[in-house]
Amino acid sequence: MSRITLTDVSRAFGKVGVLHDINLDILDGELIVFVGPSGCGKSTLLRLIAGLDRPTGGAIAIDGKDVTTVPAADRGLAMVFQSYALYPHMSVRQNLAFGLENARMARAEIDARIAEAARMLEIAPYLDRRPGQLSGGQRQRVAIGRAIVRNPTAFLLDEPLSNLDAELRISTRAELAALHERLSATMVYVTHDQIEAMTLADRIVVLRAGRIEQIGTPLDLYNHPANLFVAGFIGAPRMNLLPVKAATSGTGRSSLTLDGSAGFEIDGIVNAVNGDVTLGLRPHHISLVDAGKGDIAARVALVEALGSETIVHTKISGGQTMLAVVAGQCPVASGDMVDLKFDTSHLHLFDSAGLRITVS
Amino acid sequence: MEDFRNGIATRAGAMILAPVGWLANLFDAPLRVLQRRTGSNGMAVFFLAPNMLIFGIFVLFPLVINILYSMTGGGALFLGDRTFVGAEQYQRLFNCGSYLDPKSCAEDLFWIAVWNTLAFVVLQVAMMVAVALVTALVLNRDLRARSFWRAVFFFPVLLSPVVVGLIWRWILQRQGLLNLMVFEMGGTPVNWLVERNWAFAATIMVSVWAHVGFYALILLAGLQAIPKDLYEAAEMDGTRPWRVFWRITLPLLAPNLLVVLVLTLIRAVQIFDEVYVLTGGGPGTSTLFLTQYIYEVGFASLLRNPGLASAASILMGAVLIVLTLIQLGIARRNEQRGKTR
Amino acid sequence: MSSVAEFLFRRRGGAGWHWTDVFTWFWLIGGLIVMFGPALWLVNSSFKTPAALAEFPPTILPYVTAEAVVEGYEEPLQLFEVRNDDGSVRVLAEVRRLGIVAQMVDPADPGEIIRVNIQNRTPKRSIAFALDNYVQPFLAFDFFLYLRNSVFVTVVATLITLLTNSMAAFALSKYNFRGRSAVMMLIVATLMVPLSVILVPLYSVISAMGLFNSLWGVILPTVATPTGVFMLRQYMLTIPDELIDAARMDKASEWQIYWRIILPLTAPALAVLAIFSVVWRWNDFLWPLIVLSRRELYTLQVGLNTYAGELNVQWHYILAMTVVTMIPVVLVFIFLQRFITTGIAGSGLK
Repeated sequence: MSRITLTDVSRAFGKVGVLHDINLDILDGELIVFVGPSGCGKSTLLRLIAGLDRPTGGAIAIDGKDVTTVPAADRGLAMVFQSYALYPHMSVRQNLAFGLENARMARAEIDARIAEAARMLEIAPYLDRRPGQLSGGQRQRVAIGRAIVRNPTAFLLDEPLSNLDAELRISTRAELAALHERLSATMVYVTHDQIEAMTLADRIVVLRAGRIEQIGTPLDLYNHPANLFVAGFIGAPRMNLLPVKAATSGTGRSSLTLDGSAGFEIDGIVNAVNGDVTLGLRPHHISLVDAGKGDIAARVALVEALGSETIVHTKISGGQTMLAVVAGQCPVASGDMVDLKFDTSHLHLFDSAGLRITVS
Repeated sequence: MEDFRNGIATRAGAMILAPVGWLANLFDAPLRVLQRRTGSNGMAVFFLAPNMLIFGIFVLFPLVINILYSMTGGGALFLGDRTFVGAEQYQRLFNCGSYLDPKSCAEDLFWIAVWNTLAFVVLQVAMMVAVALVTALVLNRDLRARSFWRAVFFFPVLLSPVVVGLIWRWILQRQGLLNLMVFEMGGTPVNWLVERNWAFAATIMVSVWAHVGFYALILLAGLQAIPKDLYEAAEMDGTRPWRVFWRITLPLLAPNLLVVLVLTLIRAVQIFDEVYVLTGGGPGTSTLFLTQYIYEVGFASLLRNPGLASAASILMGAVLIVLTLIQLGIARRNEQRGKTR
Repeated sequence: MSSVAEFLFRRRGGAGWHWTDVFTWFWLIGGLIVMFGPALWLVNSSFKTPAALAEFPPTILPYVTAEAVVEGYEEPLQLFEVRNDDGSVRVLAEVRRLGIVAQMVDPADPGEIIRVNIQNRTPKRSIAFALDNYVQPFLAFDFFLYLRNSVFVTVVATLITLLTNSMAAFALSKYNFRGRSAVMMLIVATLMVPLSVILVPLYSVISAMGLFNSLWGVILPTVATPTGVFMLRQYMLTIPDELIDAARMDKASEWQIYWRIILPLTAPALAVLAIFSVVWRWNDFLWPLIVLSRRELYTLQVGLNTYAGELNVQWHYILAMTVVTMIPVVLVFIFLQRFITTGIAGSGLK
């Protein structure tokens, strides 16, 4: 059991508030990812959970027990640091043993745990080397190993993949997912990379400027972003966002008008002040059709052919850039005039405050 | 950086520390108890305490009561037994017919020491900076075995002042090596440490000899920090060599030169040890400098006057503080320049 | 002209010898002689007998005059090569010298006194090292005591310096607490306060604590060096804070973090400070001169100065003792020279 509950947690450095009234319930065995742009407070939040930093307000509980003032050492958590923070003067074995020795564990038990972790992470061949003699990927494994041997109630991971090169990052990501599966331990994972968040998380917490923007499963966040920020942050390439006018056009139908000219109709009523809304459409939900047959006209500005799919950058009459992702290969060239066809069943609407509007 | 920390020094350190490791572990249990009370951040006080305690008792406290000492008179040692005399000691130091003529002063030795020190500082600093600069320029050339040559000039820096003093006393004595060389070249031997001017010159030469390697090292580090591409660019522009020296080398070396200048100044003002062993302040008072004056008045002479010594030391301290502030100002400016560069 | 540039900008001269090349070598060779020469001369002289030291002009090598025990004379007599009028040479022992005439005997036939003009005799000499110069001070003087005192002061002061300075530097580099910047200010401000400014009050503090005429009175005022704290702190600042966080997560106490993480990682800086501390304390002169007034407590530097200040200066012993005093520093220099010079260039420490 390791359920971590944060109640009204806030943290300020002097007068600068970094976190504001964070309420969060991390379930046992869950892999939860904190994601957000740099400076959003995600690492501070992790340090508060770890006990390396104290909140200025609110309470943190592990399994119902208030640990707000308990020092880091006594919370039973393990952490993997962004820089790995391996002790450079100790061998890998000593690195793994250090925490266990401090807990006054018997030597035999320590050796057994190290052997087990070394087998699991395939680091046995270099147990007697120093961190400086290891590659980045190997150091990363040792850092994870140091957390595993502790047999903690929960793992805290602070951007653990950010120091790896792109290829290694993808394979290590998969290994981490497998590890979570095997250990079925609670993991709190901090990253600024939304793809990492999407691929790893049971649930994602999107943070901005010290506040939680949305909590949900990856697909929840993808399909139903609660606001413009989440909509823009989750998913690649970014969601296209266009200002439109919404108006009721008949029974149970609304018209959305772009820039006073082109427009289209959807099912349902849009409730918005003055009808000012922002239309969000993922590039995958836009298709290219011959001129005159789509929703709006656009001029192709750039074609990125990736083989399996093609990313088409277009400019519509208002001057905005719209991206479309077309499956397979697409015979257009920059300068061509095309029409964009919207998949209206997948569109998102946001009001002038940036919050999601449900179409009723 | 990490590789460096894995180097020999780290391992050697670990090996040296290992035997005392068990001692440190003994401390751990009681200190964990303390940490429970103070919290991890509160332990900072524990770590700071020993050093600050010693520092407070033996540096800070004396620094403060020194002012009180300078305002008391008599020969008693402890402040409580001494009589308050106000600014009398300072008045005595400054009681002069003419400051330029020590004989007209109540405390003639003080003014002799002041003028001697001043002359020493001017001549020694000029010579030190010049010799250090030339040495650094020479060492900065593409020499084979540069570290050997660097070591040659650095060697005397580590010698104790007493050893330095004795080495040179032995060479400068009447039947010493220098007179042998003078004799061999057909000159008349001189009693170097007995003739006033020669003795004074000797104190300068010997102190430059003993310390120039240190300053040359600082300047050499400065020279090596100048990016080579600047010289290559100047060469491409066809800049004449002397001009490159004046317009590139010297300006870029200026921060280091200033540091060296101020450091030599600070140390020249305090000159004592090697001179005391070399000449003992003599012949007569011709090499009596300020620190020796303070030492003589406060400790060595029959009529000890701690108050007077303390007043003189405060005056010297004031000069040093000004010099130190200048140095800190330079250091800060260098740091900022380093950041913007 | 371009080789002027090379002199000033660290490039070796081209094909020919430019004046700058000549100057460089003049400076280097001159430096070699001036820097090493005096110390070598001292070492050389320290092996000469008092008689050889008193000679002018001095000889380069340490010679001793040969002596022989001659029947009928209690003391050994000096041997001379005497040139006879006919140009032949024979070896005679000198009994005494009267003016320009020496009374000599033939060691093989000690009965007959031979008078020789001193112009016609030259000492029969051989190279020999007067090792007695080194042995006697240890046996007959307090030199061994001085050596022991110096070693004690150096070792103890260095250990305390390393411990207290590194603890303070740890607190100042890795903790946030109120007054930290004030403490730093204090330390920077006193970086340059020399001993000579606080001689009188420090002496009274030492006396009040009963540390006058005690080696602890020499040690304690020197150990809280702001320089050491400053240097170690600068170095510790480069140790990533995440390591300390990791250790805290690993249940390490703050003392363990200091001892098992920070100290080993600061080893290079500690080594530099240790070397400097050893050299400083070994070389200290003025403060021990003031604190120690009993002979058996003198450190080497004070003892040496005292001997050298006596009316009847026994140079042969003083030279030998100076060499002994020099030895630790020369060893440090030989083995750690490169380490020290890079340390100075990096920290401006002395």
